[in-house]
Amino acid sequence: MSDKKPISSVNDFVVRFANVNGSGSASANEMFARSILRHGVPVSPRNIFPSNIQGLPTWYEVRVTEDGHLGARGGVDMMVAMNPQTWDKDVAGIEPGGYLFYDSTKPMPSTKFRDDITVIGVPLTAITNSTYTDPRQRQLFKNIIYLGSLSALLDMDPKLIEQLIGEQYKGKEKLLSSNVHALHLGRDWALQNLKCPIGLRVKKSDKVGDRIFIEGNSAAALGAVYGGATVCAWYPITPSSSVAEAFTAHCKKYRHDPATGKANYAIVQGEDELASIGMVIGAGWNGARAFTATSGPGISLMTEFIGLSYFAEIPAVIMNIQRAGPSTGMPTRTQQCDIIACAYASHGDTKHVLLFPEDPAEAFEFAAASFDLAERLQTTIFLMLDLDIGMNHRLCRPLKWDDARQYDRGKVMTAEMLEEGRDFGRYLDVDGDGIPYRTYPGTHPTKGSYFTRGTSRDRYARYSEEGPVYADNMQRLVRKFETAQDLVPRPLQANAERPTKYGVIYFGSTSPAMDEAIGLLEARGHQLDRLRIRAFPFHSSVASFLAEHDFVYVVEQNRDGQLRQLIVNENGIDPVRLVPILHYDGSPITARFIAKAIGDHQDHLKVTPLRKAVS
Amino acid sequence: MTYIAKPKFHHPGLKKNELGYTHRDYEGKISTLCAGCGHDSITASIIEACYELSIEPHRVAKISGIGCSSKTPDYFLGNSHGFNSVHGRMPSVLTGANLANRDLIYLGVSGDGDSASIGFGQFAHSIRRGVNMTYIVENNGVYGLTKGQFSATADRGSKSKKGVTNTDNAIDLVAIALQLGATFVARSFSGDKTQLVPLIAAAIRHKGASFIDVVSPCIAFNNHAGSTKSFDYVREHNDAVNRLDVLVGRDPIAVDYAPGTVQVVEQHDGTRLALRKLDADYDPHDRLGAMTFLQKHAAKGQIVTGLLYVDPDADDMHEHLNTVETPLNALEADTLCPGSAVLDKINASLR
Repeated sequence: MSDKKPISSVNDFVVRFANVNGSGSASANEMFARSILRHGVPVSPRNIFPSNIQGLPTWYEVRVTEDGHLGARGGVDMMVAMNPQTWDKDVAGIEPGGYLFYDSTKPMPSTKFRDDITVIGVPLTAITNSTYTDPRQRQLFKNIIYLGSLSALLDMDPKLIEQLIGEQYKGKEKLLSSNVHALHLGRDWALQNLKCPIGLRVKKSDKVGDRIFIEGNSAAALGAVYGGATVCAWYPITPSSSVAEAFTAHCKKYRHDPATGKANYAIVQGEDELASIGMVIGAGWNGARAFTATSGPGISLMTEFIGLSYFAEIPAVIMNIQRAGPSTGMPTRTQQCDIIACAYASHGDTKHVLLFPEDPAEAFEFAAASFDLAERLQTTIFLMLDLDIGMNHRLCRPLKWDDARQYDRGKVMTAEMLEEGRDFGRYLDVDGDGIPYRTYPGTHPTKGSYFTRGTSRDRYARYSEEGPVYADNMQRLVRKFETAQDLVPRPLQANAERPTKYGVIYFGSTSPAMDEAIGLLEARGHQLDRLRIRAFPFHSSVASFLAEHDFVYVVEQNRDGQLRQLIVNENGIDPVRLVPILHYDGSPITARFIAKAIGDHQDHLKVTPLRKAVS
Repeated sequence: MTYIAKPKFHHPGLKKNELGYTHRDYEGKISTLCAGCGHDSITASIIEACYELSIEPHRVAKISGIGCSSKTPDYFLGNSHGFNSVHGRMPSVLTGANLANRDLIYLGVSGDGDSASIGFGQFAHSIRRGVNMTYIVENNGVYGLTKGQFSATADRGSKSKKGVTNTDNAIDLVAIALQLGATFVARSFSGDKTQLVPLIAAAIRHKGASFIDVVSPCIAFNNHAGSTKSFDYVREHNDAVNRLDVLVGRDPIAVDYAPGTVQVVEQHDGTRLALRKLDADYDPHDRLGAMTFLQKHAAKGQIVTGLLYVDPDADDMHEHLNTVETPLNALEADTLCPGSAVLDKINASLR
C-alpha cells in the first residue's frame, strides 16, 4: 500500500508511455496528446526513441500544462508501462506518489512494484484477445484500449477522442467504428473495475486558443514551399529526413500546375550529402531557390562545398536538424552541437549566416526568409533546428503569410541592364554593402558571362593570385557579412521587473524551458534580463547586452559552450563574464535544470535575493 | 601572368555559321596548359562542334571539376557561363544546374582523376539519373597538376614517367557508363579530330545522358614508352568501329557512301547521325553487344573508339521528375507560393 499521498493535480502533470518500437503505439499516444488539446489544455509531447526500426524501447512523454510550459519538465507522474524490457527502470522513474498503469493480464510479483506509488492494472491483453483474433489487430487495438482506460482514469471527455478518431478515419467507416469500439472497451472496463478518476485529471479549459500543433520539420518544409524553393536535394539522415519527406508531401498538394499536372519543383534524393549540396549549389548558381536538409555528419561531408558557396558566392540553404554528436553520436537524441561547425564551416577564412528558430512557427518563418537571405547575400544560410523542435509536435502560434510579399531575388543583372551598358563585375562591390551583382547563365549573347571558380579572382572574375587582389576580395566578404547583421532576425530582449546586473542568453529549442525557468528563478528571488539570439552574425544589441550586465549566463545544449565561444570570439569580450550553463545528455533541456544551475551560481556569487533584501 | 586575354580583332573574311558567328565567337581565353597537351585538341573540337551546330554560345553552361581538364572550359565558349567547381563534383553541380533551368545545353568537362577516382560515385549517379548533358572525360591516366601520379584509368602494367609500374586494375568509364544506362556512349582520341568533332556534336544534340571518353595524352607526364595513354600507343591500338557524320536540318545525306556501309540514326530533335561502319558486325543499338565487344577488344589491348551506343528515343531526368516546361529558375511567387488562404486551411487542419 502507498505510504505516500498520491499526487493530486489538475491539468499539470507528466504522463510517459513506455512502448516497444514498431508496436503501433505512436498514433494512439499522439491521439492521447491531441485529445487533451481538444480539452483546451496545452500539452507538450516528446518522442524518446532509439536508432532502430523494430524491437527496441521507445517512450512518448506528454506534459500536460495548463500554464503552457512547453519545455520538457523532467520527472514522470504517471507511467504507462507497456514494455517489459524497461519495466524496472520505468517503475523506478515514477515520482513518489505517482501512478503506474500496466497490463495486468499476467500476474506480477509484488517485488516488481513500489510502495509509494498507485498501481493500476488493466488486463489489456486479455480484453484484446477475447475481442480480436488477428495478431496485427490485437497489437494495434491494444493501444486504443489503453487510451480508453486512461480517458476514464484521467476524467477525459470521450466525445473529444471520438471526434479525433472520426477526423483521422474520415471516409473509412469500418476503421472508424472499430477504433471507437476499442476505445470504449478500455474505458468501460476501467469505469466498472477501477476507482475513476485518479488524482491526475484533465479539466476543460481555454488555454490553447488558436494555436496549432505541428512538427518543426514539417513547418520548415512548408516554409520552403512558401519561400519559393524549387529544388530540394537531400540524403536520408535522422533527424532531418522528415523535412524532405514533408516538402515532398506539401509539394504534391500545392505545387502542381493545375492545367498540365506538371511539377513546379524538383526533388532529388542524392547518393550522399556531397551530391546533395552539389546539386543545391548548381541550382543556386543557375538562379533556382534550392535547399538540402541534413544533420551533423552531413554537415561534415558538405563542408568543402560550403566553402565554395562562401567564396564563389552562390546562394544555398542548408537546414541542419541537429542531433547529438560527435561522429555518429546519438542519432535520435537532441543537442545544439553544430554551432561552431556551421558558423565557420570549411577550410580557409569563412563565416556563415545561421538562423536559430525557437519553435515550428519560427521554423516556418525563418525557412521562408532563408531563401531571400541566401539570394540577397549570395551565400549559404543555415537554418539551425534540432531534433527536439524538428521531430516533436509543438504547440505554436498559427503560421502567417502576407500575400503582398514578393521574393527578394537579390542583385541580379538582367539582359536589359547589360544592354544599357551597366558595368558588370561579378565580384565588384558597386554600393558598399559588399554584395556584388550576379547574372544567371544564358542571360545575354555577348555580355554578362563569367567563369565561376573556387580559386581566387579579381573583381571581374578573372583568375588572379595577386596578393592585393585576393585580400581585396576577402575584405569585401567581411563587409558583406557585416551587411548580413542587419538583414537577419534580431535578438529579442525581455528585461526583469527590476534593474539587474545579471543576464541570460539562450537560443533555439531552449526557449520554452528558459521562459519557465525565469519564473522559477524569480520565485527564488533572482532577477535576470533575457536575450534570445535568433541569428549569427550577431546584431550589435548582443554587444550592448553584454556591456550592460556584469555576468551573463549562456544556456545551451552542448558540452563546449559553442555559442558562448562564438560570442566571445566575435565580440572580443572577457570570457569570465560569460557563464556557461550546459546541458548535453541528449535529452531536451528542462526549466528545472536551468533554474538550478543558474540559481546555484547566483548563490555561489553570494547574491542576496531581492526578496530577502527587501523583507 | 594570372590570366591571359585574347585579342578581340580577327580577319574580316572569317567564315560564319547560320547564326552569323565565326569560330572566334566560340573561343575562350588562351590555354595555360602545356604546349601540345591533348586537352587543347579537345577544346578545339568542342569549339568546332559548337560552331558547326550553330549553337548560341550563351545558351551553353560549361561545368567542370578540378584538374587540368577542368581548367579547359575557360578556353572555349567565352560568352558562356562556366563553373570550375569542386574536385570530382562536376556531376552534382551540373545536375543541380540542369534542374534549375532545363533550357540550356549542359557541357560537363572532367578528367580521369576527377571522374574515375575522387568523383567516381558522382559520375555513376549522374549517368543513372539520365541528366540531359554531354559529359566529356579528358582521359590521360595521370594527375597532371600534381605531377604525374597514376589515376584510376591507368592500365595495369603501364609505366609512369618515373618508371613505376601500375599494379591496380583500370576503370573503364565507357564500360561503366554503358552498364549504368547512358543513352549515348562514345570513345575517341584527342589526336583524331575528324572522329571527335562529330561525336561531340551528336552528343550535344542527344537528349539524355551522353558520355564521351576521350583519350588525351599528357605530354608532360604520360607520353613515354610503357604508357598506354601515349600518342604512339593510342595510334597503334586504336580500333575505330565507325565514323560519324552529323546531319542537321535538311542536309542531304552525302552521296559518296558505298551502299550498305552507312547506318542513319535519327535523334529526338531530328538530327541525323550517319554512321559509316568500319566494323561490319558492330551494332551501336545493342547495349549488351557493345559491352561484350569492349571487353573482348580490351583483352587484346585494343582501344575501341567511335559511337559505341545510342538510344535515339531516350528520355531524361526532367521527364522522370515530371517537371514543368518553364525553367524552375523563372518561376515566381505567383506560381510557387500557395498564399495565405491555403495557409489558413493548413492551420485549421493542425488544431
